[in-house]
Amino acid sequence: MINFQYVQATDVADAVRQTDGDPRARFVAGGTNLIDLMKMEVEQPTRVIDITRLPLRQVEPTPSGGLRIGALVPNTDLAYHPLVEERYPVLSSAIMAGASQQLRNMASTGGNLLQRTRCAYFYDVATPCNKRTPGTGCSAIEGLNRGHAILGTSQACIAVHPSDMCVAMMMLDATVHVTGPTGDRVVPFADFHRLPGDAPQRDTNLNPGEIITAVELPPKGFASHHTYLKIRDRLSYAFALVAIAAGLDLDGDTIKEGRFALGGIAHKPWRDPKAEAVLRGQPANAATFTRAADVLLRDARGYKYNTFKIDLARRCIVRALGQAARATPQSQSHKKIA
Amino acid sequence: MTDPEDGPTFHPTRRDVIAAGAVVPIAMALPPGAAAQSPSVAAASGRVAVSLTINGTQHVLTIDPRTTLLDLLREHLDLTGTKKGCDQGQCGACTVLSDGRRINSCLTFAVMFEGRHITTIEGLAAGGTLHPLQQAFIDHDAFQCGYCTPGQLCSAAGLMAEGRAKTPDEIRELMSGNICRCGAYPNIVAAIQQAMGRS
Repeated sequence: MINFQYVQATDVADAVRQTDGDPRARFVAGGTNLIDLMKMEVEQPTRVIDITRLPLRQVEPTPSGGLRIGALVPNTDLAYHPLVEERYPVLSSAIMAGASQQLRNMASTGGNLLQRTRCAYFYDVATPCNKRTPGTGCSAIEGLNRGHAILGTSQACIAVHPSDMCVAMMMLDATVHVTGPTGDRVVPFADFHRLPGDAPQRDTNLNPGEIITAVELPPKGFASHHTYLKIRDRLSYAFALVAIAAGLDLDGDTIKEGRFALGGIAHKPWRDPKAEAVLRGQPANAATFTRAADVLLRDARGYKYNTFKIDLARRCIVRALGQAARATPQSQSHKKIA
Repeated sequence: MTDPEDGPTFHPTRRDVIAAGAVVPIAMALPPGAAAQSPSVAAASGRVAVSLTINGTQHVLTIDPRTTLLDLLREHLDLTGTKKGCDQGQCGACTVLSDGRRINSCLTFAVMFEGRHITTIEGLAAGGTLHPLQQAFIDHDAFQCGYCTPGQLCSAAGLMAEGRAKTPDEIRELMSGNICRCGAYPNIVAAIQQAMGRS
């Protein structure tokens, strides 16, 4: 690990100030991803700013009926928070589908958003990777790409975003609250993460020196009809091949509003308004769900080892929307898929 | 070799040699409350001070900020019960309790634990009495090689404190961060069920 200067931030303004315009400064909270990457020397910060003492650990109802989640709330605390379990159970479920309890105890809400891809080439400093070292090429496009993206890829990068939590937040229309050198701003979740394009080194639209202070959920939580379904190579403690967060607002058997976001298939949590429009006003059945899946996957493209994800994603969408319609959300401990 | 102030034993071991080759820690065991340190700030030397309590004993150290909590325990304090498996947060062998919550000690910097209370496998038993989980692991033959066992035990202690696991399925799911290459999982689940019944 490359040596670095360690400093502790006393408040949010101090944290921003401590970055001092240095693009190689990094905030550390849970550390579960950053420190791993620092050991591999994928991340080589010159300055590490410890933000664990900042007062960003509250989960509070908002005046508009939503929920404001402090950036330092640990994943476990968020998943087990009574208001989240009651009003946003899909978020609890998504969090519990990811990582292990030890990691969830450490990992912060803001850090979860800033997780970097688990592409093996990104981690292996001996191989070319445009995300790690821009301009060197993508080893995955012609390499072992079984876990890689099928939507939103570019010639420069086919990596996927690894988070489960973010998939549920995307479905829930969350907003990301940030503070930076020029003040505060609110970023819609859909605009927070980026597609790789020709700059895959940039995972998010955060500007230099900006820090996430909170994630806010709007009132609508789809608590009656939701699911988080995650398909992976083993039943626990593995990244998704395909994951989906789904929520339905039903009037009898008719869909008033349906939403679904997918993980494991793109550089960001993937949601498609055109696919959701297919659901509106339609009967909640497999035929409707299949049509919506086909729309979402219309531009999907497989590579040598991951073409199976297109069909897997289609089946996951149909299965998950069915779980949501039947109000039988996927359990994250009893693994049988209903 | 290791600084004589570093620990109670001064016989060079492979561990001492490795530790001396990297950094020479300054470690003192103090009674609780004896050293209230100001927050750590990187000095010109790059070394940082940290004060934390491990198994009820306060330690004040000056360390390289790169030192993980795991390396602090093993290399600086000779608390080698906590194991290094993957060193990447994937195996759970390094699990310890921080203020009662289970964490991977390999994926965190020791300097971030200023003022925290850490419990390692060495601190699980109360006096001469085994923790109910330790007794249950013996009763159920819940290990073979034993390398993952300290992490399994600390993780299970965290699991019991959380109070979320009721069924064998839930125990398996919430213990999935602890890998056992010997495959003692059925006995580990049985041992945890026994300990949960007792406490």
